[in-house]
Amino acid sequence: MTEVNTAKFALIVIAIGAAVMAFAHWFNVDYLFFASYTILQFIVLSTAWNILGGYCGYVNFGSAAFFAMGAYSSVFMHKFYPLPIPVLIVISAIVTGVAGLGMGYLTLRLRGSFFAIATLALAVVLQTLVVNWEYVGGSRGAYIIRPESLAFAGITINYIEYLFALMLLLAVLALVTARVIERSQLGFGFATIRDDELAAEACGVPTLRLKLIATTLSGAFMGMAGAPFPYYIGYLQPQSAFGLEYAVNSIAMPMIGGTTSWVGPLVGAILLGSAQQYATVTISSAVNLLIVGLMLVAFVIIAPNGLIGLVQERLRRRQP
Amino acid sequence: MTALLHVDNISKRFGGFIALDGIDLEVQPGERLGLIGPNGSGKSTLVNCICGTLQNEGGAVRFDGQVMDGLAAHQRTHRGVARSFQLPRPFHSMSLADNLRIPLLYTVHARLGPLRSAGDLDARCLELLDMVGLVKKARQMPRDLTQVEMRKLELARAMAAEPKLLIADESMAGLSHSEIEDILALLVQLNERGITIILIEHIMSAVMSFSQRLAVLVSGKKIADGKPEDVVRDPEVVRAYLGQ
Repeated sequence: MTEVNTAKFALIVIAIGAAVMAFAHWFNVDYLFFASYTILQFIVLSTAWNILGGYCGYVNFGSAAFFAMGAYSSVFMHKFYPLPIPVLIVISAIVTGVAGLGMGYLTLRLRGSFFAIATLALAVVLQTLVVNWEYVGGSRGAYIIRPESLAFAGITINYIEYLFALMLLLAVLALVTARVIERSQLGFGFATIRDDELAAEACGVPTLRLKLIATTLSGAFMGMAGAPFPYYIGYLQPQSAFGLEYAVNSIAMPMIGGTTSWVGPLVGAILLGSAQQYATVTISSAVNLLIVGLMLVAFVIIAPNGLIGLVQERLRRRQP
Repeated sequence: MTALLHVDNISKRFGGFIALDGIDLEVQPGERLGLIGPNGSGKSTLVNCICGTLQNEGGAVRFDGQVMDGLAAHQRTHRGVARSFQLPRPFHSMSLADNLRIPLLYTVHARLGPLRSAGDLDARCLELLDMVGLVKKARQMPRDLTQVEMRKLELARAMAAEPKLLIADESMAGLSHSEIEDILALLVQLNERGITIILIEHIMSAVMSFSQRLAVLVSGKKIADGKPEDVVRDPEVVRAYLGQ
């Protein structure tokens, strides 16, 4: 296999992104942007989940909490001092990155299902906080009036296209980061944590520090995915921001795609995300989670290592 | 000559059970020490306290002139203590070569600065695998190995960290006679390169042929320490092993 270096890889992904953008623009159907935005958002979320869950083996059930924290950071800033969305994304990344670090520090002594339950508890605590916080809308939710279009350097672009482009960039950033981690010393360290923490320590791997790096990065990317969300949805309420679908999807997508490589969450998010969009339009939006559940069950039985695992197994068998 | 490892009156309890009760132990640079004792006598707990997997409650562990109490396991590895586990704990998702890459990246790399290139790193992995006779299986996964190969991988991985002291925790349990010879030869070869070795073992023939000195633990206390042939004749040791 020929090695593709990071710069080249980034360029390839950006080129694909630009092609997708041009294609969508040419079609000029707003729905296409809406639907693709959701899929891109899930690419970011599942890639973020995979940094902790796939590479390190720590299952996080609290993805929705980080996503919502990103979204509510935007709502807060929108009321407090409106800023352009790219700046909001950076702010959300900082907020949720710090939250990830804090969560890691509090919970990483726990392993397996205990860690998973602790992350779930974090989501519940945060949702309760937000529901009771009047400034960001409390349980009523918050309206954010989205402008029709955005004028930038003399060019006017459709606002949904702008959001789509931002999410596309985030997806590119997430994928490039995940791929860089995978091939670095950090990635090897993460894998030892997944395999055997005691042996990792004995080999000189500073496991606690690495796990904190993972929770911080993972949290930051989830927050970034959430930051533009209030502008996308227009009306943000706690139930939708902390929705079960974010927690479930960000686990199911990497599992279905395969957790050991950056390709897994990408493939899983595209597959599951499109299936959900299709079902939402053709059947009903309530079928979403049913699809996720059924696919997850199917994949656990047929391909426990995801689609990537299935392909790798094939390749291995072909070799003598 | 100053001791490489200096265990000074350490103790460790698990709830009401006293696992280590004031153990003193010195190991000189380049020495081959055998550590024996009945099951549950505290051998593995002692190893865990030296390596930082557990923290001792009383006393102190000094290594190479530095106090190690309170240091995490990986920090002790960086300072030159390596261990193999009683039950092999390879990194299951990595090839044999990658298993050895971990200590090279995280310990040797951190200690000596960058290993010059990716090529150097690969070469060093293969060199280590060659030492234990596993070089042909470099691309294979740990699940493809036999028990004895797994033990060898475990030792090679400990060696990859370039330690001053190697603690081999029952690396021969469950192996056949010829396999034991294999591992013993390997350990002696490592010792000849200047690495101090503590061997924890139940198989007496192996311990006797390997050790220059023998220490005996019983119920968390050290009851004997000296020349192997003297220690095995010590009435207290005989009583601990055979009963009265």
